[in-house]
Amino acid sequence: MSDLTRLTAAELSAGLTAGEFTSVDATQAHLDRIAAVDGDVHAYLHVNAAALAEAEAVDARRAAGEQLPELAGVPVAIKDVLCTIGMPSTAGSKMLEGWVPPYDATVVERMKAAGLIALGKTNMDEFAMGSSTEHSAFGPTRNPWNLERIPGGSGGGSAAAVAAFEAPFALGSDTGGSIRQPAAVTGSVGVKPTYGGVSRYGAIALASSLDQVGPVSRTVLDSALLHDVIGGHDPKDSTSLKDAWPSFAEAARAGKRDGSLKGLRVGVVKQIAGGEGFQAGVTQRFGESLELLADAGAEIVEVSAPNFEYAVAAYYLILPAEASSNLAKFDSVRFGLRVTPEGGGTVEQVMAATREAGLGDEVKRRIILGTYALSAGYYDAYYGSAQKVRTLIQQDFSNAFEQADVLVSPAAPTTAFKLGEKLDDPLAMYLNDITTIPANLAGVPGIGLPMGLAPEDGLPVGIQFMAPAREDARLYTVGAALEQLLEERWGGPLLSQAPDLAASSMLAVSDGAI
Amino acid sequence: MSEFSTEQVRHLAGLARIALTEDELGRLAGELGAIVDNVAIVQRAAGPDVVATSHPIPLVNVYRDDVPTETLTAEQAVSGAPEHDGSRFKVSAILGEEQ
Repeated sequence: MSDLTRLTAAELSAGLTAGEFTSVDATQAHLDRIAAVDGDVHAYLHVNAAALAEAEAVDARRAAGEQLPELAGVPVAIKDVLCTIGMPSTAGSKMLEGWVPPYDATVVERMKAAGLIALGKTNMDEFAMGSSTEHSAFGPTRNPWNLERIPGGSGGGSAAAVAAFEAPFALGSDTGGSIRQPAAVTGSVGVKPTYGGVSRYGAIALASSLDQVGPVSRTVLDSALLHDVIGGHDPKDSTSLKDAWPSFAEAARAGKRDGSLKGLRVGVVKQIAGGEGFQAGVTQRFGESLELLADAGAEIVEVSAPNFEYAVAAYYLILPAEASSNLAKFDSVRFGLRVTPEGGGTVEQVMAATREAGLGDEVKRRIILGTYALSAGYYDAYYGSAQKVRTLIQQDFSNAFEQADVLVSPAAPTTAFKLGEKLDDPLAMYLNDITTIPANLAGVPGIGLPMGLAPEDGLPVGIQFMAPAREDARLYTVGAALEQLLEERWGGPLLSQAPDLAASSMLAVSDGAI
Repeated sequence: MSEFSTEQVRHLAGLARIALTEDELGRLAGELGAIVDNVAIVQRAAGPDVVATSHPIPLVNVYRDDVPTETLTAEQAVSGAPEHDGSRFKVSAILGEEQ
């Protein structure tokens, strides 16, 4: 049997349906891969001990002739921000170490109903605060392209898991780029849906008006297939949209047909298309991708979004403000850690001691910043002004979408930087999300996908498309179309050029390095 | 240039219920000053006529049908608590001596 970890979710689904292999085969192959490479990559915080039993159950149903959903039996990884019955859900924090929720997130429930097999929980920056996964309380994840480099964040675990063939696809969450920026630096694909398109119920909240759950994968079609499973209205999330959504998988397949880009107006957003802070290889590959789109019949136009200049600043007021409120629930009473000060103390002192011990530096920094931004006397100047910027950014998007069907930019300004390089400089870290934050502020959907390797360092660079709210399908069509054009040029998927981690691990073993 | 004193950070940490160490207070005072300097540009972006946006896609009057559904049992609800008696959360004293 060929290596099942190299197949896409769509291919696994086809093979399972045709009876070429079983879900146990596919699940075992991924568990073996995790055992072989995750010591180096550290994409997972927890591996599901029941995965093989769940796979066996799906195989039994299939053998009994039951008509199963399309993805039944295909393995998937889950970001640790999502609540899962039977598996710890820590959001990368000591505060929730070992906490096993008594309920499933809606997306997890839907994934289970579709017969998908959970491989385990993936690493992340603590409470999703970060762009490198270095803020995880359980140690960083490493980039499969170069183990000395960051995998992006906050969802570095999910992105690294798919890029290292430790899962065909995964669930992520994106508050300011936590799905799209890791996709960019690991050569993978990730989608932040329209705000309200996917339920947030059971996703441990960071900033409720910005958070969206979405798919992470190696191909555009696989993200679409997973989005079809998890999306749609959920009465348990009061911000969930009641729209009837089209099939995103069909939208992705439509992108691969001839002429799918003909006449499509692609708007290059001047303010986040390049310039200061953008690496040369990012700018170069971005230009080449635009040429490919134009050659395939798309019309490239330049659009201006003057208020994007304020997006990062507004984001780092709104997010800490909402986070300071959301994280107040970690009070040492209902779940997670409790630390009692020496000699005891009141419930308030116990809470303060618990939060001092259980929260990491970046989380404390943002809670204190949010507390400041919301305090009397500063509220209007900071939080109020940031909310006005949000209105202006929405207006910029509306104007831009009058001239273009989709907007485009690099998905991240640079390739993966070295572990530790920006850890002591929060402001430098915050600028990693300059291209992705506007979509969260406005609630519009965005996709990140690979556009090549930067010539100067051989590391992946990503491109981002954005569409008007509720038009997620456009992203899958244009994304799949560009993916096809690029892969024709590369002679296959970009990730087939990534180093063979299993070989290097085995080499390390034979050298006695482990 | 925004300046934060250690005392000011101590007050904010008290509001946020985090018992920061002296080291952390000193370091955060410097970092917060730098961050606030950078985010303060939002103040020059919009005039008084711009309305604030709190949610990207506003919805109003979101209700569920008023019908009983499955909920957590008391045992499930306390299952992840650091201390409980089987159906209730246990906490330390609410009031200190000075209260």
